[in-house]
Amino acid sequence: MPRMNAARKHPVDFTLNGKAVRAEAENRMLLSDLLRHEIGLTGTHVGCEHGVCGACTVQIDGKPARACLTLAQQVRGSDIRTVEALSPDPAKLSRLQAAFRRHHGLQCGFCTPGILMSLDALLREHPDAGREDIREHLSGHLCRCTGYATIVEAALAAAEEQRKEEKPNA
Amino acid sequence: MKPASFDFLCPETLEEALAALAEGGGEARVIAGGQSLVPMLNMRLARPALLVDIMRLEALRRIETSGDEIVVGAGVRQAELETWPSLLHDLPLLAAAFPWLGHVQTRARGTVCGSVAHADPSAELPLSLVTLGGAVSLRSRKQKRRVKADDFFIGMMATDLAEGEMIEAVHFPKARRGSGYAFREVGRRHGDFAIVACAAVADDRGLRLGIAGVDDRPRVFPLPALDDDQFEDAINDIAWSLNARDDIHASARYRRELVRSLGRETLKEASRCRA
Repeated sequence: MPRMNAARKHPVDFTLNGKAVRAEAENRMLLSDLLRHEIGLTGTHVGCEHGVCGACTVQIDGKPARACLTLAQQVRGSDIRTVEALSPDPAKLSRLQAAFRRHHGLQCGFCTPGILMSLDALLREHPDAGREDIREHLSGHLCRCTGYATIVEAALAAAEEQRKEEKPNA
Repeated sequence: MKPASFDFLCPETLEEALAALAEGGGEARVIAGGQSLVPMLNMRLARPALLVDIMRLEALRRIETSGDEIVVGAGVRQAELETWPSLLHDLPLLAAAFPWLGHVQTRARGTVCGSVAHADPSAELPLSLVTLGGAVSLRSRKQKRRVKADDFFIGMMATDLAEGEMIEAVHFPKARRGSGYAFREVGRRHGDFAIVACAAVADDRGLRLGIAGVDDRPRVFPLPALDDDQFEDAINDIAWSLNARDDIHASARYRRELVRSLGRETLKEASRCRA
């Protein structure tokens, strides 16, 4: 590819929540801003913008990652999943989201989209994740409301439900 | 908190990348995973005119065993090395260090060589590389050179990397039979910057202790045996020689105390793991 000039926007092709998209971005544009400002998906939140708070966490090729530490141009050809993809039906919560609601895993909700994307990836890759694994994944997120205890409970409950659904007789 | 503007190049070959770096001089920077560089861009502590994205260069994305070394290419993400099947057998020190290294969410993107290039004085990978006596392969359009890790890190986020050069790979010496390795750290949370991190090796050459988070670069020291009368004095001398400073996270005095206590614990664990 030729050198891309700083002053212009350049196309970025990638998969977003299962659909092929083409967006236009300046080289300096962050993935978090591309999602929010160019594409209009504002579920991904922006907190610290230097990788510490975790609010902007999305899944890149199935792995949780910071959208604010990723340039839009770096995700060319990648598969991006945001919080909007968790439940296919806007009127219905996913298993994990419903568990958050039941266990009061959120109050203000600012950190929640990022935490959901990390835990969603964890429970997909490690269906038998326990308290320690969940806490390890949460260490990459800041929540100033809950004290984390209710988030851990919600994640454990969602993991338990998922195991029951996958192996009803176990 | 947004980067200043820059040109962007996504080269298809290493030659193309090296030519762009040579032409860009000090104004061009390599971007790999971006987990250290993008925060610097966002805070405008770095304002390069050109970023060269090396993640599409397949030749750099390999972990290889070469003689008694593990060679990790510049495009290998931290999570890829963390889940490399031979890690525990060949690089047990790194297996012990990984849980402390950033978060799952940053290891998924950040590269091993990127952390080495960034040279944060409290970072786990530079500490591990120095403690194991590893090396860094540097490449420019004109030459290739190999630098010992201990000579590569020259100060606070400062390295021997010259203009137009990039890290092509880092070389970790493979674990030797009958050697023990241990890694410990004190930080506020896993993934935060270390207040003090210690890496220890116990082998037939004796004990070595690597320390990060205190001096302006990772340092490694030989030490007498733990039951030797000289041990206390030796580790105390090290603690005082490190130029510890007070900052918002910890006092210099606390850091020196951690060098003594955490250093001893880490060496003890490495000695136990020997055999």
